[in-house]
Amino acid sequence: MTVTDSVRSALEVDKVESHLHPEGSFDVADHAVPTGREEIWRFTPLKRLRGLHADAEFAPSATACTWNTPAGVRIEGVDGDEARSLRGVSGLVPNTRFAARVLAEVPATLLVDVPAEADVTEPIVVELTGEDVEVTEAGHVVLRFGNHSRATVVLNHTGHASMAQVVEVVVGDGAQVSVISLQDWADDAVHLTHHETTVGRDATYKHVAVSFGGDVVRMDANVSYAGPGGSAELLGLYFADAGQHIEHRLFADHTAPRTKSHAVYKGALQGQGAHTVWIGNVLIRKVAEGIETYEENRNLVLSDGCQADSVPNLEIETGEIEGAGHASATARFDDEQLFYLRARGIDDKEARRLVVHGFFNDLIRKIGVPSIEDRLMTTVEAELAKNVLKDTPSTSSGQR
Amino acid sequence: MSKLEINDLQVSVETEDGPKQILKGVTLTINDGETHAIMGPNGSGKSTLAYSIAGHPKYTITGGTVTLDGEDVLAMSVDERARAGLFLAMQYPVEVPGVSVANFLRTAKTAIDGEAPKLRTWVKDVNTALENLDLDASFSGRSVNEGFSGGEKKRHEIAQLELLDPKVAILDETDSGLDIDALRIVSEGVNRFRSQEGKGVLLITHYTRILRYITPDHVHVFVDGRIAEQGGPELADQLEAEGYDKYTKTATV
Repeated sequence: MTVTDSVRSALEVDKVESHLHPEGSFDVADHAVPTGREEIWRFTPLKRLRGLHADAEFAPSATACTWNTPAGVRIEGVDGDEARSLRGVSGLVPNTRFAARVLAEVPATLLVDVPAEADVTEPIVVELTGEDVEVTEAGHVVLRFGNHSRATVVLNHTGHASMAQVVEVVVGDGAQVSVISLQDWADDAVHLTHHETTVGRDATYKHVAVSFGGDVVRMDANVSYAGPGGSAELLGLYFADAGQHIEHRLFADHTAPRTKSHAVYKGALQGQGAHTVWIGNVLIRKVAEGIETYEENRNLVLSDGCQADSVPNLEIETGEIEGAGHASATARFDDEQLFYLRARGIDDKEARRLVVHGFFNDLIRKIGVPSIEDRLMTTVEAELAKNVLKDTPSTSSGQR
Repeated sequence: MSKLEINDLQVSVETEDGPKQILKGVTLTINDGETHAIMGPNGSGKSTLAYSIAGHPKYTITGGTVTLDGEDVLAMSVDERARAGLFLAMQYPVEVPGVSVANFLRTAKTAIDGEAPKLRTWVKDVNTALENLDLDASFSGRSVNEGFSGGEKKRHEIAQLELLDPKVAILDETDSGLDIDALRIVSEGVNRFRSQEGKGVLLITHYTRILRYITPDHVHVFVDGRIAEQGGPELADQLEAEGYDKYTKTATV
């Protein structure tokens, strides 16, 4: 694709003011406490965050942390100079007060270090089990994958916690990496997390975010590129029940040429006050010629009283790209799908179950870790049992 | 036994300008083992007849009756109609992402029969049905209708017909968009179905070419929501030669 000079001059290529790439800062004092009127906070119920976004004390952790250690991988909690040297290792310059506070105030870092050229077949699973929701705490996690390594890391969040968290991921050149973050919290948990990843030259990165539990879960997942040719697949799956707020904010910052980003997030909502937010920000910087990006968000509304916000943003500073697109859809069941299944004798309830099953299965099978895939299908079934498998009135109207 | 009786069926759809009547009194009986072809120009209401019998919620029945072996079809839900022995092969089969053909077929068979099919014979039956329709075994692992070519969708419909084995099959323009090879494969599938004892077929088509492969017992010409003429297979030959002009002209008066 080529832009003419007139179009080029219309594109503000020199300096673009936008919330997609504000100046960050490591200095906590540079970040005012959010009021809820800011673009990046306007969807989040601040009052339910237990002060994690503001000045809640970061107390000693009440979350148990265990992991397996496949051969050749270093996993440990580090502190002192080593922990300090890891702050911002992903290129993160905080754009929120909580992220700045985590980097400045949390003394230790959980480091997963995969050496260059290591081929780790067994998934590295870090279990984070919250034990006290009254304790406001914060954590810093660094996942570092050496050049040409291959590995999968799973962060499994369960239990009761009020946690602010920064996860920094460094994907070395040519590495093939999957990071899977499961938010399978108990109903009272609050989780404010920022995942920042830098993708190396010609590296392949898959980030999977799965949010089922928790009172409020907000994840900012950002990706930028350290060199040309990197590829990021950003997958997400969420299921909000009554009263739950689940928010996923993505940012693919195309900072290098011929990079790729492909985001697919799917969510379902059921019950009064279930609220999901998906923000898909993509920035194609002037230098990022020949890139490809596509982002997609689909929400399935299973009952009345739910709200799904879905906002794709695409900002393009160069017209010299391979492709850029997005899709967003929020709907109830597709009447034509249900008719097709029912015309084959399948009753209404079973037809709905199949459609939702398929809706998620389509995404789950892309995760690539069989044990996680199986577990997620079971979780989806359990969620469906709360609503779709119960007696449902026939629905068709009232799309948002 | 299978006898589908349609008596004075009147159907309307909601439009922006209020309800619009599409079927204006259709009477038609498919006796045990008969194949009927319904032919007509675009917009004559052929597909409306098919979808109304199957129970699509878009169509409102404003009068008349439909019975299958004496049972009131119109009182049944969509899935009850299928379980009672009606099958609609759709003109535009719907994609169901993430649901494999294998899972779909097994779920449908279980629903129709009221019990899960025996595993050993079922796998063989599915493979045979797919093979008969020239669909390779990997087909059962694909999502229902997702990414299927036009021909694959229609062949998949006929594979379902063979596996679910209804009493009466309604084929809504199953021939449209098929090349010669696919048309032949699909027609053979329909002929296998109707070679069984007592199976009824209502074959809806715009073109006469499928009738060279599937010989109907009766042909009905559908114009403006009504049957304008009926006869034997020779009526199809006449339509082939003359087209629908003489019917549409009288209909617009």
